Amino acid sequence: MPNIKSLEDLKRIREEALEKRRVKAAEGEIRVIVGMGTTGIAAGARETMKAILDYIEKEGLSGVLVTQTGGLGLDASEPIVQVVVGDQPKVTYGKVTPDVARRIMKEHVAGGKLVEGFVIPVKS
Amino acid sequence: MRELSLHLLDIVENSVAAKAGCIEISVIEDRTQDRLKLSVKDDGVGMTPEMAARVTDPFVTSRTTRKVGLGIPLLKAAAEACNGYLSIHSVLREGTRVDVEFQHSHIDRMPLGNLTGTFLNLLVSYPHIRWVLTVQVNEELFVFDSAPIIRELEGIPLTEPTILSFLRQMLEEGIESVHLAG
Repeated sequence: MPNIKSLEDLKRIREEALEKRRVKAAEGEIRVIVGMGTTGIAAGARETMKAILDYIEKEGLSGVLVTQTGGLGLDASEPIVQVVVGDQPKVTYGKVTPDVARRIMKEHVAGGKLVEGFVIPVKS
Repeated sequence: MRELSLHLLDIVENSVAAKAGCIEISVIEDRTQDRLKLSVKDDGVGMTPEMAARVTDPFVTSRTTRKVGLGIPLLKAAAEACNGYLSIHSVLREGTRVDVEFQHSHIDRMPLGNLTGTFLNLLVSYPHIRWVLTVQVNEELFVFDSAPIIRELEGIPLTEPTILSFLRQMLEEGIESVHLAG
């Protein structure tokens, strides 16, 4: 039997996560939202989400809240990813493949620079 | 959609939209009986018998952004193509249960695909919902309950890197152990 992760393991990493979180909270929260309606999922949104979560895990990127939303009525541009930094306006990206998602994480979420070419204009 | 785990992700969205506080998902592979059973049970707002009878129709949906809902009908068609079925039991103000069954060995049956990906996706996206996930292969069972984890975290988001890593490994190892032993 492999050693399955337990609540005891969670207790151990909890304090560390809390500390990192405290440092990060001062800089303002970043939210990343993935459109996960039927069309989004069919267009590969789960793999896009996976690329985002993998990036956070691999790079140890603290202070990012990832969530999902239903269809946004932008079916032709799925998968859709939206980024909200602090109280700045929401930025919507279209046709976000896992590769594009990694660029968004690196350049926009971590680096603070828009990923030109994938931004789509929407009313927010 | 090419994976059953993607269909699961899709139809669970109905339970979320129904304002469920607790959602139970089970994936049971009964290789002796050659059946694959998926179920999603929620304590959401439920539906009237009329609505429950009609949701398998692609032209029925509760959404307002578009008039056609395809999640349930697509999965129903996939099940029926594999000697299976999809059934919905719903009670207004109590909740809804969707059961889907396939012939496990049927040549047209989609693979389960990335269950960890689907579960992680749901956990991270809806941390306020209690998730009870069961994966069973023959007699081997893995049950994941998000409630004690959320309690332990006391508000630390699940998308903190170390927590995310913990959750992914817990799910991956649990699902893998069931498949190895079952």
